[in-house]
Amino acid sequence: MLELKNIKTFYGNIQALKDVSIEISEGEIITLIGANGAGKSTTLMSICGIVPPRSGEILFMGKPIQDMAPNNIVSLGICQVPEGRRIFPFLTVAENLDMGAFLRKDKDEIKRDIEYIYELFPILAERRNQAGGTLSGGEQQMLAISRALMAKPRLLLMDEPSLGLAPLIVKQIFEIIKKINTENKTTIFLVEQNANMALKVAHRGYVMETGRVSMSDTAANLLANDEVRKAYLGI
Amino acid sequence: MEYFFELLLSGLTRGSIYALIALGYTMVYGIIQLINFAHGEVYMIGAFTALIVASILTMLGWNEIAILFIASVVAVVYSMAYGYTLEKVAYKPLRHAPRLSALISAIGMSLFLQNYVLLAQTSDFMPFPSLIPDLEILEPIAHLITTPEIAIILTTAIVMVLLTFMIKFTRVGKAMRATSQDREMAMLVGVDVNRVISITFIVGSATAALGGVLIASHVGQINFYIGFIAGIKAFVAAVLGGIGSMPGAVLGSLVLGCAEAFFTGFVSSDYEDVFAFIILVVILIFRPAGILGRSDISKV
Ligand SMILES: Nc1ncnc2c1ncn2[C@@H]1O[C@H](COP(=O)(O)OP(=O)(O)OP(=O)(O)O)[C@@H](O)[C@H]1O
Ligand SMILES: [Mg+2]
Repeated sequence: MLELKNIKTFYGNIQALKDVSIEISEGEIITLIGANGAGKSTTLMSICGIVPPRSGEILFMGKPIQDMAPNNIVSLGICQVPEGRRIFPFLTVAENLDMGAFLRKDKDEIKRDIEYIYELFPILAERRNQAGGTLSGGEQQMLAISRALMAKPRLLLMDEPSLGLAPLIVKQIFEIIKKINTENKTTIFLVEQNANMALKVAHRGYVMETGRVSMSDTAANLLANDEVRKAYLGI
Repeated sequence: MEYFFELLLSGLTRGSIYALIALGYTMVYGIIQLINFAHGEVYMIGAFTALIVASILTMLGWNEIAILFIASVVAVVYSMAYGYTLEKVAYKPLRHAPRLSALISAIGMSLFLQNYVLLAQTSDFMPFPSLIPDLEILEPIAHLITTPEIAIILTTAIVMVLLTFMIKFTRVGKAMRATSQDREMAMLVGVDVNRVISITFIVGSATAALGGVLIASHVGQINFYIGFIAGIKAFVAAVLGGIGSMPGAVLGSLVLGCAEAFFTGFVSSDYEDVFAFIILVVILIFRPAGILGRSDISKV
């Protein structure tokens, strides 16, 4: 479904991605783990066209997308829940959800999807007229995920959705990730620091070190791998 | 007491014009954090366009109201094209450059447009026909407020209502607010940010041009320099209200307009233009975020 072929991405003169190749098949949950500054977020931003790669190819459903504008990439069905949630702080919860559906035209379905989200996260229904910036961290994460779901993505990119959340909420978030994958058949590319949780929910995983993919295997194998256990699981 | 009301109403009239210009400053600032110093020039070009159209139509013997309408429409459309082009030529190429570069480009564009009109139209004040006729029913209150003043205040009020509606409820309005709050995130939900920026310039130019036509017709003369003075004052008003905030721009404009009117009315008219700058300095010292500063209200 998505194929990154030898992409190299720069911020000015700083090279953040040195040579990244990743492949994701339809219906999978793929996780990308790595230390701080490894280039995980940059990988996602490259896919979305925010920081396009300087060289290499990104194929989505076989078509190159590395030169497309971000809004056109979204319209293909690639959505991101970015690091740090990035809720529009002065838009209400409802307006944030509307923004998620920005490119959709099917009004009735949008309404139904909003109802579905409110069922999934009753707290968002309660807060629907409150400014997004006033929500708690956990609530904002739920809103960020919901906003991305409002776009009906085929491929959902998630950047550290568990960051800074209490263990109970982290568990809830991972359950939702699983649910999105099985119920909506959404392919998920999950960037995580919480390698343990991520590898438990994912089918396959990639390990990234300073701008390069250093390892890739099934999630089960990575969980059992000594190096991974030492470096990312703290065991 | 009557004098007080007369000053108040003339202050509101002034303030309305500032508001029509200040909106452009504040909207553009909200979206790309740029003080578009060439904005006043768009207002001036709007006034000149209207003058040219009005002169032609007057020669053809059209009636005042028709001239007012057509001159306004042409001026607004022409200025929209100016605003759009200005952004594409002077600011878009500098989108990722340091902010100072764009600011210098803005000042450069302002000087360029002023001098271009100076060359084309000379520096003399040109008479501008008064296009808004005095209505007879308003005769009894004519000593307080004239028909053109009422027209200016009303037009401004209508523009404000329409803009507020657009920003609050339309798709493009939501996209503008989202872009001003987090541009990258707006891109990530599929907003074409370049388009939003263009629309912001176009809308801001339209209201400025409308202000230009109205005030030119009211004052009765224009030259190449009117955009500079009005632009600076509208900028002060936008800062006073809280730059980036639309209600702030309107409030700041009305406050500045009335303050100026009372100052000239009660104190002295000699330092009228300096007064705006005194206010600017005072705000920057005591309330840098403006009356409706950013923390408690949404930008744009
Ligand atoms: N906007 C930027 N400008 C310059 N350098 C950047 C920028 N964003 C990231 N970098 C650099 O690129 C490298 C990769 O950053 P990235 O954010 O992709 O890491 P990450 O793997 O997501 O880290 P973390 O786990 O801390 O989120 C880092 O060295 C970082 O300093
Ligand atoms: Mg990151």
